[in-house]
Order: sequence, then C-alpha cells, then structure tokens
Amino acid sequence: MTSVNINVHHVTRVEGHGNIVVNVTNGRIEELRWEVPESPRLFEAMFRGRYYEDVPQIASRICGICSISHSTASIQATEAAFGIQPSEQTLLLRKLLLNAEILESHILHVYFLVAPDFLGVGSVFPLVETHKDVVLRAMHLKRLAYNLAEAIAGRKTHPISCVVGGFAKLPALAALEAIRSELKDALGDLDSTVELFKTFTIPDFVRETEYIALKDPKEYAFISGEIASTDAGTTPVHSYLEVTNEFCVPHSTAKYTKYKRDAYMVGALARFNLNHNQLLPRAQGAAKELGLSAPCHKPFMITVAQLVECIHTVEESIRLIDELLSRGLKEESNEVKVCAGRGIGAVEAPRGILFHDYTYDENGILTEANCVIPTNQNHNNIQKDMEALVPGMLDQSQDDIRHILEMLVRAYDPCISCSTH
Amino acid sequence: MKPKVAFFDFTCCEGCQLDTLNLTGEELVDLLNAVDIVNFREVKTEREDDYDIAFVEGSISRESEIPRLQQIRDHARVVVALGACACIGGINCLKNHLPMDEALRMVYAEDAKYYDTIPARPIDAVISVDFYVRGCPINTAELLKVVKALLLDKKPEIPNYPVCVECKMAGNVCVFEKGMTCLGPVIRAGCNAICVSSGRYCWGCRGLVDDPNIASEKDILEKYGLTVEQVIEKFKIYNTVAEVTK
Repeated sequence: MTSVNINVHHVTRVEGHGNIVVNVTNGRIEELRWEVPESPRLFEAMFRGRYYEDVPQIASRICGICSISHSTASIQATEAAFGIQPSEQTLLLRKLLLNAEILESHILHVYFLVAPDFLGVGSVFPLVETHKDVVLRAMHLKRLAYNLAEAIAGRKTHPISCVVGGFAKLPALAALEAIRSELKDALGDLDSTVELFKTFTIPDFVRETEYIALKDPKEYAFISGEIASTDAGTTPVHSYLEVTNEFCVPHSTAKYTKYKRDAYMVGALARFNLNHNQLLPRAQGAAKELGLSAPCHKPFMITVAQLVECIHTVEESIRLIDELLSRGLKEESNEVKVCAGRGIGAVEAPRGILFHDYTYDENGILTEANCVIPTNQNHNNIQKDMEALVPGMLDQSQDDIRHILEMLVRAYDPCISCSTH
Repeated sequence: MKPKVAFFDFTCCEGCQLDTLNLTGEELVDLLNAVDIVNFREVKTEREDDYDIAFVEGSISRESEIPRLQQIRDHARVVVALGACACIGGINCLKNHLPMDEALRMVYAEDAKYYDTIPARPIDAVISVDFYVRGCPINTAELLKVVKALLLDKKPEIPNYPVCVECKMAGNVCVFEKGMTCLGPVIRAGCNAICVSSGRYCWGCRGLVDDPNIASEKDILEKYGLTVEQVIEKFKIYNTVAEVTK
C-alpha cells in the first residue's frame, strides 16, 4: 500500500510563505494540509490612530504586487466614510491604473511563476539561454504595464499620486498617448503568448466550488458593482461581512473564509465565470482559442483566465486612454472634509475581490479597520482542492504528487504575505 | 567564477524583491551574465546554501526569524539590507507603539493565542549589515548601482544629504509652501524626491541622513506654524525605531 511523506517548507515561485504537508500511511491519508506560516504584520492594528491622508499610503504596503488595488480600496473606503463622490475623470484614471496593475501582476504570474513548470525548468533564469524571445517578451510586457502605472501614479509598486478625493498630480496626456501605441503593439505579443499556452498541457482536475467576484451591469467589473456569487446572487458591498465570514485556524496566520459552501474561490477564474460576457472581443476570442468556457471548474485554468484578462486589460486600457485623450484632463479640487463615519471599499485585485473597511472619528483619525484579502479568501479553497485531488493520485510517485500540489498552489497565484497582512 | 547571489525575505510585502526584476530584458540578460542567482524563492525553485552576497528584505518581527537571519549572515560574505523594512524597520514598526498582545488581539480577537509576534526591528538590530539599499520600495536603478559597485569591489556611493537637495533640482515647489508637512529636510536623498514630484510629500522611507540638522528642521516648522508633534506623527510611519533609539 502507498505511503507518502511530503513536507514542502515554503513553496517556491509564489509571493510569501506557504507549506504543503501530506502524510499517507498504507493508502490512508493521515495529514493533508496547506499551511500559511507567514509573519503577521498586523496592519489593522497599525492603521489605528493614523490620519486619513496617510492611510492609503500605509495600506498600499500590505502588498508589493497589488499595492495599487490596496491603495484604491483604501481610498474608496475613506471616501465612503466621508461621503465623497469621486469625479468621472478620477474614476477613469483609477480604472486605467488598476488595469495596469492587473496586467503587470498577471504577466509576472503567467510567465515568471507558472510557465517554468510547463517548460520543465525551475525558474525563468535558464530560459534566458533557451527561450530568449519568450523572456524578452515577458520582460517587455511587464515593463509596459509598469510604465503605464508610473505615468498615472508616479510609480507602480506603492503608487503615489492617487489620493483620497482624486489625484495629487495628473498624468501627462502625451505620456499616455505614447503608451497607447505600445499597448497596440502589445496585443501582438499577447497573441504569441496565447500560442505558447496552447502548447502547454494544463492539468485537467475538476472541482466545482462557489465563485465570487464584483459584478457591474455596465462593464467587466474591477472597481465598481456588487458582490456576486455563483451560488447566491448579489450582495451589496456594505454587507460584505455576510459573504466573507472570516475564521482562524491554528496552522495559518491568514484568516480563512466561507459563504454558501465549505469554501469559495475568488480571482481571474471567478471573474470569468461570473462576468465572461462582458470581456472585450479580443479577450473573448482568446478564451475560445484556449478552450476556456464558462462555467469552468478547473482550478489549473486560473492561469489561462489570467492570460485572457491580460488581453482584456490591454484592450480596455487603450479604450480608457482614448476616452481621456478626447475629454482632456482638467485640474480638479481634491479638497476633503473629514467627518466621523464608516466606509467600505471593494475592488477586484489581480487575485480577486478585496475589501477595506474603515471607521474614522470626527477629526479624520482612523479608529477601526478590517481588510479581507483575495488570497485569504482562497486559502480554504486551496485546502479543499488538495483534499479532492490527492486521493485520486496515490498510485503516482511522491515527487509527482508533490509537484502537482505545488502547481495547484501556484495556479492560485497566492499573495501570501498580503493574505496575512 | 561569477559571484553567487541570494535573496531572502522576512516580514514584508516582498515589493522590493519584485522591483529587482523591474529591469528591461537586456538589463536582465546583463545581470545574469555577471552573477549567478542561486536563491530567490519568489521566482526560483532550486536553492543553494552556498552564496557570496545575500540581499535581505523585510524586518524581524518573530523570534523564529532571528536564528534564520543569523544563519544567512554566517553563510554570506556580504549582506545587503534591501528596502525600508530591512534598513530601518519601516512601516512594520508602527505596531511597536502598542503592547504586542493587544496588537495581536486587535487582528485575531480570541484566536490571538495561536500566533506570536515581537516588536519589529531592522535587520541590523540582529546581525551586522554591509550595505543598505533604501526606500519603500527600493529604487531599481540604485540597486543596480550597488550591484555594480559590489562586483568591482568598491563601496557604493549612497547620498548622505537630504531629499531637499534632489527636490530643488527636480524643480518642485516646496511642500511647506503648499501648507503640508514634509520630512524631506532630514531624510536621506537618492529617490529623486519622487513623492514630492508626484504631488505629495516625503514620508521618510529612506531613513535619516547620518547627521540630521534638527535645529534647521525646527526653524522650518516654526516658520510655517507647524508643531514638532505633527511631524513626529509622520515620522513614526517609517522611522519608529529611529525615534525610540535616538
């Protein structure tokens, strides 16, 4: 009978620290655990006592990959608390900024973290020798997304200009125009990426779960809409606690969540399952070519959904830049009147729906905060996937089981230090 | 033999490590021609304990991190602190203003008993550090400058003058003139005053210059009708450790 003893201490090619523990004796699974030993930074405690204008600045430091999402959710929560309605121009710029982050983060995942598994190497570095064109294309796409974010917010990692009320400095339209033509060219690079992915054999594991994402009747939602579940319809953002139901387990410093089932999934595949009809045409075409159709219950297809979203974000960024160019940009007042109140922000970060919930006093000092992170909503689902996957694999070698479990974790693109925050 | 380079992370957001990859394709090719990256968990599966230069990101905020960091010091010929968390403790030290059990309870309520934390600190509170690549996040161009200097066995030149110098060169209107507070007069330059150039003010992520002109900072505050307390509140965000030890 099979015995398996797997202890992956810190899975590689993911953000943050996670362990996989599997113990099987004589065909009986005795231990099967996804562990999150990440060091807690205690952001909810650190926010307390801070003046509102510093809060989004601190919030962005929750994550080095999705700092724009955190900054945006933080700004939204603060504006909701103070009753501020951002201008149309601000919303266009925020959308463009978030599209840049989603593109950059997905490219990082698709090329640097996932592709090495399918090309039989341990990192992107040896590919510089064997697949130089692939690496240069990846670096170029990543850099382009970075430059777009930089043009809008001064910097991609920990953006600067986006503030409560609007933008502290407006981007130069000429810079956006220049990036627009590069984005046009990037569509060709993304076609090549689709061709590359068509040569990969994506593991076929199926487990249906509940999928949760923002939904907006007007567009493929990233910064607006209500919370949609494939099991339960929509819930307004202000009732997010009814959906997230966080709880702690001793082997994870990140909290777990569940809603209608024992676990749910957020992120690119959840968005695709809920909002695929709203993807822009080229992205819809890529989904067809890559064999991705809704509903898709295959967690390894998350990466494919990300690639489809890369194409969508480039199309959408071109559209948004066109709109900004035709409107022109005008200086607007970012004046903020503070008042006591509670506000909740929700955005689709690269890895899924993200909530920031703040309470401020009458002087604009934060008194209470709660942040629910995409990956902390996915941890429980990763665990349930492992529980469904391992029993059917016991006839395979220990190394094969370990590798497929690592690939499963990687498919979720977990942002682990962010999930513990 | 190319020098072997390793990257490690402790308590942080891993943004500085990721920004080391914010290179053009050609720069990456050049870098890999000059060094062997033997350890980089975030993007590489294989790992080795034999390395010359260790880049360490993150601050130390759990007992279990201390022996791990000491082991890295034992292995590496050169240790470089990467980013504000490693260099000065950074944002993580904001929790140091609270009792640790209270901070844990604020986040985990009754489940706080499962978890542990200690006041956050920079890595040089635990081991000796050879070089510092500052900022939150790091500036990738400055990192490349440090790597080049290390390869040539030279001491990297990091500015030891305040952000104000670069801010003036960037042609910015002084933040104080706009009615906001700014830490630029006492914080180490090297960032090209990016936050002021992007419409905001300096939060102090690169830490104090070696000999900050505190008297002049006080004069500025007085001139603009600001109080030391207002500045201290801003200063705490990145420089809690400096504030309590200096």
